[in-house]
Amino acid sequence: MTMATIETSRPAAARQYAGLSLRAWRIVGVAALLVGACALPFALSSYHLFQATQVLVYAMVLLGLNILTGFNGQISLGHGAFYAIGAYTAAVLLDKTGVPYWATIPLAGAVCLVAGFLFGRPALRLEGHYLALATFALAVSTPQILKYKHFEEWTGGVQGIVITKPDAPLGLPLDSDQWLYFFCLLWTVPLFVIGWNLLRGRTGRAMVAIRDHPMAAATMGIDTALYKSMTFGVSAMYTGIAGALGALVAQFVSPDSFGFPLSIQFLVGIVVGGIASISGAVFGAIFIEFVPNIADQISKAAPQAIYGIFLITSMYLMPMGVAGVIRRATARLARMTGERPPR
Amino acid sequence: MQAFLHQVLSGLANGGIYASVALALVMIYQATHHVNFAQGEMAMFSTYVCWLLLQAGVPYWVAFILTLGFAFAAGVAIERIIVRPVEQAPVLTVVAVFIGLLLIINSLAGWLFSYTIKAFPSPFPSDAWYGSPFMSPHEVGMIFVTMVVLALVFFFFRFTPLGLAMRAAAQNPVSSRLVGIRVGWMLAIGWGLAGLIGSVAGMMAAPIVYLDPYMMTGILLYGFAAALVGGIDNAWGAVLGGFTVGVLENVAGAYVVGTELKLTVALAIIIGVLVIRPSGLFGRVLVTRV
Amino acid sequence: MYARRAWLAAAALMALSLPAAAADTPGVTATEIKIGQTMPYSGPASAYGTIGKAETAYFNMVNEQGGISGHKLNLISLDDGYSPPKTVEQIRRLVEQENVAFIFQSLGTPSNTAIQKYLNAKKVPQLFVATGASKWGDPQHFHWTMGWQPDYRTEARIYAKYILKEKPNAKIGVLYQNDDFGKDYLIGLKEGLGDKNAKMIVQEASYEVTDPTVDSQIVGLQSSGADTLLTAATPKFAAQAIRKIYDIGWKPLHFMTNVSISVASVMTPAGPEKGVGIITATYGKDPTDPRWKDDAGMKQWREFMTKYYPDGDQNDASNVYGYGVAMTLMQVLKQCGNDFSRENVMKQAASLRNFDVPTLLPGIKINTSSTDYYPIQQMQLEKWDGKTWVLFGDVISGEGS
Repeated sequence: MTMATIETSRPAAARQYAGLSLRAWRIVGVAALLVGACALPFALSSYHLFQATQVLVYAMVLLGLNILTGFNGQISLGHGAFYAIGAYTAAVLLDKTGVPYWATIPLAGAVCLVAGFLFGRPALRLEGHYLALATFALAVSTPQILKYKHFEEWTGGVQGIVITKPDAPLGLPLDSDQWLYFFCLLWTVPLFVIGWNLLRGRTGRAMVAIRDHPMAAATMGIDTALYKSMTFGVSAMYTGIAGALGALVAQFVSPDSFGFPLSIQFLVGIVVGGIASISGAVFGAIFIEFVPNIADQISKAAPQAIYGIFLITSMYLMPMGVAGVIRRATARLARMTGERPPR
Repeated sequence: MQAFLHQVLSGLANGGIYASVALALVMIYQATHHVNFAQGEMAMFSTYVCWLLLQAGVPYWVAFILTLGFAFAAGVAIERIIVRPVEQAPVLTVVAVFIGLLLIINSLAGWLFSYTIKAFPSPFPSDAWYGSPFMSPHEVGMIFVTMVVLALVFFFFRFTPLGLAMRAAAQNPVSSRLVGIRVGWMLAIGWGLAGLIGSVAGMMAAPIVYLDPYMMTGILLYGFAAALVGGIDNAWGAVLGGFTVGVLENVAGAYVVGTELKLTVALAIIIGVLVIRPSGLFGRVLVTRV
Repeated sequence: MYARRAWLAAAALMALSLPAAAADTPGVTATEIKIGQTMPYSGPASAYGTIGKAETAYFNMVNEQGGISGHKLNLISLDDGYSPPKTVEQIRRLVEQENVAFIFQSLGTPSNTAIQKYLNAKKVPQLFVATGASKWGDPQHFHWTMGWQPDYRTEARIYAKYILKEKPNAKIGVLYQNDDFGKDYLIGLKEGLGDKNAKMIVQEASYEVTDPTVDSQIVGLQSSGADTLLTAATPKFAAQAIRKIYDIGWKPLHFMTNVSISVASVMTPAGPEKGVGIITATYGKDPTDPRWKDDAGMKQWREFMTKYYPDGDQNDASNVYGYGVAMTLMQVLKQCGNDFSRENVMKQAASLRNFDVPTLLPGIKINTSSTDYYPIQQMQLEKWDGKTWVLFGDVISGEGS
């Protein structure tokens, strides 16, 4: 192969589809999605809107978890704990102090950022199974800590805390369900944008490098300790914000809602949605929100078994998650049309 | 003083249960390099099968042997049918499959056998000479059985060709195939043996904790911790880890923080140990060349 | 690519929307009454899922016998996995989507706490909640919420009264499950003992449901010097406790929660001779107690179970419980005449007079009024003699707060 051949094999300009490049189509797609998301509250009934809001909350959690586990390779079986910290921060602030609801969210995020970082530092020495155990221990202990009698005055103990849903501000013509949906959307979109930016920039590449080859990453000058703890913190922050929003949506927090099964749900969510994928967070959120209901409708006798079957089947058919399937499909499409597959 | 001794002995008794589960986890790890979250549920289900046999009038030791056979066959079947399709998939996908398995087995057991607790007989007579107010004959007998299983596992992996083949298959499947080891069947046998050990753990634990579909959920937690504290690639370590966790948990609950934070403190101590010695107390520290 | 994702989401959402029942009285048509319920069919409390199944079977029986005033009963029972956020979701679905007439027997204290405000705000009856927590009988603040069984605090207060009378110098230890169920007993005991509680209670030992055994707690309680014990534990742990106490040679005056006194599920696995002397307070008949073998009420229940719920465990007291509550609801609906509006259902639920359920102990009746939202407040003490529970004393009326 001569130099000339190599040069001419590179496409001169991006292929156009109906007047727009693939990149432009992606922008149109995202815009359409945003418009659709904003139109949803007016098309859906209260109950379905409630479910959609819950999907947004889970999507934020799964994005946070994916940043840590998918992109940075640190397995966490304990994100339920950070979700609980976020939820309880919001609940305690609303219950005991006069902090307005919208201020509790960033506060919850800040608390979890610190908590995640503090947990991440000693966890640096742990890898794989051992880190899984450490996070697992965190998840299992969380309900017990929340029920601890000396904290009862703040946490309400086993009885939990009841929260009132906020109403739309400034007299906007929205009912509280619709307002809550938009409020969650107001947090989801920026978090996703920040996440996307973070992951495709230098920080993201550093994180992925640490996952794939820690030794090489360190050799290249990446401070692995700092990045790993920071990633833990950021991931916990995302989850904490989602937890605070989740508390507003459910209007109730109690210690036993945040046990180990919740952390397992989150792990299932990122695996089904697609590890190391941002869009995977949304797919995973849809799965963990709706499939248990479907399982319940199929069988009252053993709904968990049906859910397990769904889970295993998904893993057979889509080992890389829904996002993986889409990625493969677009790669194949790009190969067929001669276009380089989009990143 | 007597109370302290009592707590320690009671902790050893609990530790025996954790140790036997940890052994099953070690077995499956050494054979497949995966940690099977569904191990506890498989053990529970095998115990139910034994219970069914006993209800049908089969004598204890016959039922015991038959259950071992069932557990082995079930382990092999699960590996070949359910785990095989995702063998090449990333770790987390496999973990998700294990979780699915856990949910299915647990739910099935609840549906088939209902949730009322069932008494399970002990092969050790309740007035045996080795019993005491501190430790019932069954608890003593169970520790003895655990040590026997430990010795067998150790002997198997160290001194038998099959054990060697299994270790090789887990550590380096490609080279193993080149040497003529049938890796696929090694994995399946590994699962079978782990299921078998798990069923022993279940049948030993059930007389103490009573048989119900959630019997193993709490125990698996501690068994997992025990295996990791002792070193997941080390059978002796896992057993010692089990006893350590059992005693630690009891003493912490009784003297250090009270029962309200027993679980938290036990787990915190385990994490502490791992931070100081990341591969477990007796695990092999892996040094990789780069 | 992204549009496809939106389609997926929309399709998923639409697939789950069901046609709403349109009616003036929500949930009621000329031929049907829709009733909603959430039960833990999955998750850690799935053992109690059988209550929902028993009640569904009961309603099937009623429908076969013609229904109530020509209306068939449609019980929509959804799984909430004992998780309050899921309960909120399912209840919203039942109220806003399925348009049920009222909510019946939703299970779990945290689950019901999560939905109480919502249901009261929407004026939907939250009838006969399946929990023994004491806070459900508050007609002034929560007009639409009502419990059914005697609450745990009332029961604990009855034990406290007994101790103060029979053993005023007792040193009491408490073994309790670390959740709302166990804690309620602890609080009730302290309330019943009054100012003396700090002096009398020498040790409180809790356990989590994930703990394999409670042996350590029992050993600790014995070494604290306690000579009286209150155990607020679910069946598995109660059986373990009874056995361990016997094995270590400890003989306290032992009070057991009403939840764990089943002969088949607790006393027999523990060893019938090991529980001799245990005292409990009860209001219903245990299906495995030999003294009710030929009892007319229990015979009726067994026939019901065999015909309509053959998969159900006839050793499980939960199934007797579900039967009793369902029967109480029948009475309420019968009293409604033909008006099944939410206001009338609530009104009739608060107008039960001496209603007799054959699976309750003789002498215990159901009474409610607009200021009394505790349907059952009577209990009777009984003692285990190695073979069966022997009632003693009179039927006691617990004072509900």
